[in-house]
Formats: sequence, C-alpha cells, structure tokens
Amino acid sequence: MTSLSPTYPVERGSLDNGLRIVVLPDRSSPVVAVAVYYDVGMRSEPQGRTGFAHLFEHLMFQGSATLEKSEHFSHVQGAGGTMNGSTHVDYTNYYELLPSSATELAMFLEADRMRSCRLTLDNLANQVAVVQNEIRVNVQNRPYGGFPWITLPPVLFESFANTHDGYGSFVDLEAATIEDAQSFFDRYYAPGNAVLAVAGDVDAAQVLAWAEQHFGDIPGRPVEPPPAFTEPPVTQQKRAVVEDALAPAPAVALAWRTPDPSDLAGYLPYVVLAEVLTDGDAARLQDRLLLRDRTATSVGGYLGVMGDPLDARDPTPLMVEVHHAPEVPVDTVVAAVDEEIALLAAEGLRDGELDRTVKRIVARYLRDVDSVLGRATTAAVLEQQRGRAELLNELPDLLAAVTAEQVVAAAATLRPDNRALLELRPAGATA
Amino acid sequence: MTVPALAKAKPLRLPTVSDTTLDNGLRVLAVRRAGVPLVELRLRVPFAAPAGKGGGPHVARASLLGDTLLSGTQHRTASQIAVDVQSLGGQLSASTDADRLAFGGSVLTTGLPGLLSLLAEVLTSASYPGSEVAGERDRLVQELAIARSQAGVVAREALMGRMYAGHPYALDLPTADAVAAVRPKHLRALHADRVVPAGSVLVLVGDLQPARAVALVERSFAGWTTSRDAVPLPPVPAQVGRTALLLDRPGAVQTTIRLGGGALARTDDGYAALALANLVFGGYFSSRWVANIREDKGYTYSPHSSIDHPPAGSRWVAGADVATDVTAPALLETMYELGRLATVPVAQEELDHARRYATGALALGTASQAGLASTVSQLAGAGLGVEWLRDYPKALASVTVEQVREAAARWLSPTALTPVLVGDTATIADGLRALVDLELS
Repeated sequence: MTSLSPTYPVERGSLDNGLRIVVLPDRSSPVVAVAVYYDVGMRSEPQGRTGFAHLFEHLMFQGSATLEKSEHFSHVQGAGGTMNGSTHVDYTNYYELLPSSATELAMFLEADRMRSCRLTLDNLANQVAVVQNEIRVNVQNRPYGGFPWITLPPVLFESFANTHDGYGSFVDLEAATIEDAQSFFDRYYAPGNAVLAVAGDVDAAQVLAWAEQHFGDIPGRPVEPPPAFTEPPVTQQKRAVVEDALAPAPAVALAWRTPDPSDLAGYLPYVVLAEVLTDGDAARLQDRLLLRDRTATSVGGYLGVMGDPLDARDPTPLMVEVHHAPEVPVDTVVAAVDEEIALLAAEGLRDGELDRTVKRIVARYLRDVDSVLGRATTAAVLEQQRGRAELLNELPDLLAAVTAEQVVAAAATLRPDNRALLELRPAGATA
Repeated sequence: MTVPALAKAKPLRLPTVSDTTLDNGLRVLAVRRAGVPLVELRLRVPFAAPAGKGGGPHVARASLLGDTLLSGTQHRTASQIAVDVQSLGGQLSASTDADRLAFGGSVLTTGLPGLLSLLAEVLTSASYPGSEVAGERDRLVQELAIARSQAGVVAREALMGRMYAGHPYALDLPTADAVAAVRPKHLRALHADRVVPAGSVLVLVGDLQPARAVALVERSFAGWTTSRDAVPLPPVPAQVGRTALLLDRPGAVQTTIRLGGGALARTDDGYAALALANLVFGGYFSSRWVANIREDKGYTYSPHSSIDHPPAGSRWVAGADVATDVTAPALLETMYELGRLATVPVAQEELDHARRYATGALALGTASQAGLASTVSQLAGAGLGVEWLRDYPKALASVTVEQVREAAARWLSPTALTPVLVGDTATIADGLRALVDLELS
C-alpha cells in the first residue's frame, strides 16, 4: 500500500513551568482548535471519591479568580465557538473549536483556569446535582447504561484504580468537599502535568508567544510521574452477570488484556485484530453472527475501556460486545466468538483481509484528523502519553507495517481462560 | 487580568461548487476540498411516505429497505459488498426516514471510482435476497424493541404522533408487526417505484477534481434511469399547542421532557430572528434555559432546543431529562423562560452574543470534508445553495430585539407548544397538574 501518512507540520515548545505545547498550523480554513490535556483521569481518583475526576472537570468550567461562573462559556460562544471537556481513564481534556480570530482568547481562557479554579460550595453542590443527572440520563434511566464500560472493568481487573465506577457513586459525589477539589487541583492541574495543543489557522511562532504571555506566569509545581496501574495476568476465565431492568434483550461483553500500549510495535497488531474481528459486515464476527448464524442483533469491538485504542495506558482491554436475541443462549454466542478467534489463530488471515482492514482503519483515522479538533486532540494525547505528537503523521505507516503473522499471533492470545465475560440479563417487567 | 480582544474575523471563503444535473435527472454537486486523501459522499433520494393507512406499511418497508439495500445485487452478495467497500478504504450506509433515502459514506480517493460503481449497482440492481431480508427483518424487530426501551425514543414517538396526526411525520418508527409483514417482493416494488434519480442529489466533497468526478458519476450512473418522478410530501398541519401528554415509566429516576411546535424554514424572511430566539432560549450552552435549570438549579444535565428542517415543514423541538422529584419545578422554569422570551425584549448584548455564535457556527461546520459535505447536502435538500452561508450572516446581522420577541411570541410561547413527558406518573402527575392540563396515557 502506498503511504497514506499525512504531513501536517508539527511545531513544539515548552515553558519554564513545565507546560508542553504542540502547534499544528493549517491555513485551509479560518478555524482553530485549542486543547489542554491534564495527565489525570478516573484511575487516579482516591478511594471514597469515585467520580471525582469527572466532577472536577465540571468544576473547571465554574469560574476562576478572574472570571465568574458562566463567563467561560460566554466568552467562547460569544466568539462564535464551541467548547467541552471530557474525563477518561488516564486523562482529562478541555477544548475549544472557534473562528481563528479567537485563538488568543481561547488560550487566555485555558491559562486562566490553569492558574486558578473558583471553588465555592454553591458551585460544588450545583455541579454534583448536574453530574447526578448526567448519570441518570446516561446510565440509570437508559437500557444498557454503562454496559460495558462501567460494568466490565470490575470483572477484568483487580485494583480499585482499574475497577471502580468512573462516573461515581452518588454517596461519594455528595461527600466531595472544597478541600478535596483544591488538593486535586494543586496535585494534578500543574502546568507540568499538561499539554497544550493548537491546530488550525495560526502562526506557530505567534501561538508560542501567546503561550509564554498567558501561561508563562503560572507557577510551576512538582509533578509526579504517571502511576503504574499494573494488574496481574488473568489466568482463568472471570465471569459475572449484570441485571438490567430496562433492557429488552440480553447482551454479552468479552474482554482480554492487551500488551502494554506504550510498546506500539507490540500493541498495534491488537488494534488491527480488533478490526479484523468486528469492523463492519466484512469482519469475522459480524459475518459469523449477523450474516451466517443470525444469532446477534449487533456486534462491536474496540480497544480501551472507552473505545479509543490510542489514548490509554496499561492495563487496557480488547473488548467484544454482542447483543443477541433472548431465545439465543449466551453460551451459543460466546462459543461462536471463540470458534472464530480459534479459526483465525489456526488458519491465518485470508487473501486481502489484512490490506482491506488496515485501509479502512487508516481511512477512518484520516477522517478524524481532517478536522482541526480531531487533529489537536490526537496530537495532544500522543504527546502526553508517548512524548511524540509527530506520531500523528506516522500512525498510518505504522499500521500498514503490521504483519499477518503478528495479527494471527495476537488472535492466539485471546483464549477463554484469560478473559472476562460479562453477561447482561434483562430483568424488567417489560422484558 | 484582561481578556484579549478578538482579532478581526476573516470572512468565510465560499466553497466552489460544481453543479450539474445529469440526463437521468440526478443532480451532482462536487466540491474540491483537499486535505486528507478522502472523498465524502452523500446521496439523498426523495422517499416521501404516503399519508393515510398506507403509511404504516410504507414506514416498515422503507426502514427495512434501508437495512437491506446493501445486502446483495445482481452481481454481489452481502459479504462481497462489505468486503469490496472495505477494500476501497470506504464505508457506506443507507437509511430512510419519512422524507428520504439517504446514503452516507467516505472513501480513499483512489477508491472513488469503485465506490461510485458499487453504489450505482446497488441503485439499479439491489436484489433483496430472501434470506438476507429475513435476517435483517428479525434484527430490525429487535432493534425497535431496544429503541422503544429508551425514554427519549418513547417521548419522540409520542410527540411526533401528537404534532402530526394524519401526516406521514406522525409515524417516526415502524411497528414490529408491520416490519414482520414485509417480504422481499415489497422491497423490490418499493425500490422500483421510489429509488429514482429525478429529484435526487449526490454530493461529493474532498480530494477530487470536480469535472472529473462529475464525468465519473455520469459514466457510473448512466444506467440509473426511470421515467418516474419523485413523490412530494403533503405540507404538515399547522401547529397549535396541544394538551400535555404524560406517559408512564414506572420507577423512572428522571422525567424525559420534550416540547414541540412549528417553525419557519431557512428560506423564510423571519427565520434569522426565530433562530436567534431559539439560541437565546435553549439553543446553546449560553442560553437562558441552560443557565436556569442546569447551571443555577441543577435539575438536569443537557437541556437543549433546536430547529429542525424536514422538507414538509420546519419544527422547533426542545428536550431536557430532569430528576423525577423536580419535574414540576423544571417545567415551571421552562414555561417561565418561554413566556419571558415571548413578552419581554432580550438585552441587546444577549442578542449580539447569540448572533456571533450563529455566525461562527457556519465556519466551524464547514471546516472539514465531512462537515462541508453534510452542509452542502442539507442546504441542497432545502433548495439552498452555498451562497446561503454568505447571506445568512447578513440576515442575522439585521435582526432587532423586537423581532426576536415577535418570533418568540409567535413560535415559542408556552401556548404554541405541545409538551410530552415520560416519567413516573405516580410521583409527578399531581405536581404537573398545577401547571398544565394533563392527559395521561
């Protein structure tokens, strides 16, 4: 396959306080994306404070020493932009997508809340209530809510860091204090624990100058290296059942540990494997369960608890999720998945299968980074977790270099005896 | 600490659209937007559902037609189609609603000829094999059960049914029984009757040369011919506020609140004022509704309102999922904010803020291949060209405070709207009765 790697210019800089900066200029449209990634996620929240990383993300929108509550939103949207934040297992991000005339404004706003967060009892109570409603709408009042991203990790993993509900229990959320928030901010929201990425209609030198001007006076603080969340290997199948009162039909999720994602050469074959198994009707499991056996309603598969293969550190899973008809026993579905994986491991890939799978992974990746926001967020996480935003341009070639032997060897590691299996059973009166 | 001023905004550069109508009636819009080596594809085929008792079977057949269009042709099986699309570095999907059959896809530039020829083959010779149709039919029944287990889907179905009684838009999803009755012959007949080039619009955006892309389409789609014309939809009934409907979801921890009413189309003179009124009410994060029931009171996570533009008549919809025990207070605040907008002029700064947001959104939405393709396709579906991206900001700029109030009073006042709620009736009905007449279902 000829190279499909893009050639986005990647400029970088850093400040004395430790902030790392990546700039990806692209003058093709008058828009810009500004993203700040803090190296702290759900895995780092303390016991008794489940959901705190996410709650704190909400608090970062509640004002600063300089700005009142709601002013952040008002400045961004009044400039014609949009903004959001999200909390993941290993990082929390904040971003704006705006007309490029607002680049300096967005950088100012990110610097302003990195310098100080306005923590008040009113804002805390308000955002606890908002987060509880977020959990109600996405988990409690929704069929398959939290399945499997919240419900599978406790089956696969052992430690509190890896198993707890990152959305949080209502009890823990309500127990959160201003002191908790201040110490979380002090410990994790230091400039040296963050990466700033700016992509779009900008001049790199100007962005670096603005970074110095707006972020430069934020005092540096000591930053701990990212903790190891190491888990023992899985040596026998771990199986559990979750009941869902709202779901009308059963589902099953399977998860295996992958190699440490920091070793890309060892990890990328698993990225390809997940797609060989589940990327569309040409994939092994769809072909088997949807087209031939007709036992499933939907089949999905991905790397990472939250579905992005390249944004999590070790340990991380390869997951397969199958929704099936009530009259089909779960063991029938699981046996078919096992057979297909064993067949792949024994007989290898078919003619053209690797090439077409990689082509579509690359095409989807290119589509993501075509938007300046996708480009900024991808570059930021690659810089934060791998120290190389330049991988943004290199990933297509690295994916194309994965061999059939590697994919087959990866398939051979997905066995019944080293996985977690979570069954979802409908438990409601309406089921 | 001084907030930096905005630099001078750059004017939006309008994309150059090559606009060609082929001999068979298919309109092709091609735009070069280099960047990544991909081409985005959108194809809209008019697919209006009939009114009256033919509507139920049509919606079922149309849904299944969308699910099985790519399940086989004269020359390829379902698996071959899937493998061939993947081999091009492509993805392609089809879906239907009460207005249209829509294809969406993208492909590596090198795969464009292959994807177009496959699409043309599907349009001219989709075969609806019996076994594939049976499999997809069973899946669709399951998917419908899953969809209807979601409060938001239940509320939307009820709202559409209430707003559009007697019109095809009333049927948002097919019934399981109607789906179970669909046979391959129905799909083949519907395809022959309705999958026609006249009135269809194909949009290609990306790393392409427009003239060459159009020539390629012309060659690939030459065999897609029929004398049939597209079937138009009847206009929607005039919207009046109807009694609030409460659907029981026993034990629900939240109440799903939806409000709907009529709205102006983008081509109407008053549209910009209504769009700004919508933003000020609940159309963006900096709106009054979000400030009130989320950021002040914490009743909900993501209240939002928007104007949708189905071709037979635009509509305004708003939704918030609120904690069960604050259902009545949340509806009270919602009515208050709607009533306030309809009766008290907005502040000039509030209007200017919404105006800047609406203008900026146009630039953001067209800054990627995928975003531009969807924008061009949507505008074409509304009978508009990309000039609208240039003209609409001018319309926004001229809207006055009084025009916003008038638009809100006409379209967004509490009496003009139809509320639907899905929640735990035993807990919430009494509180709601203090605010609205309530019909239980």
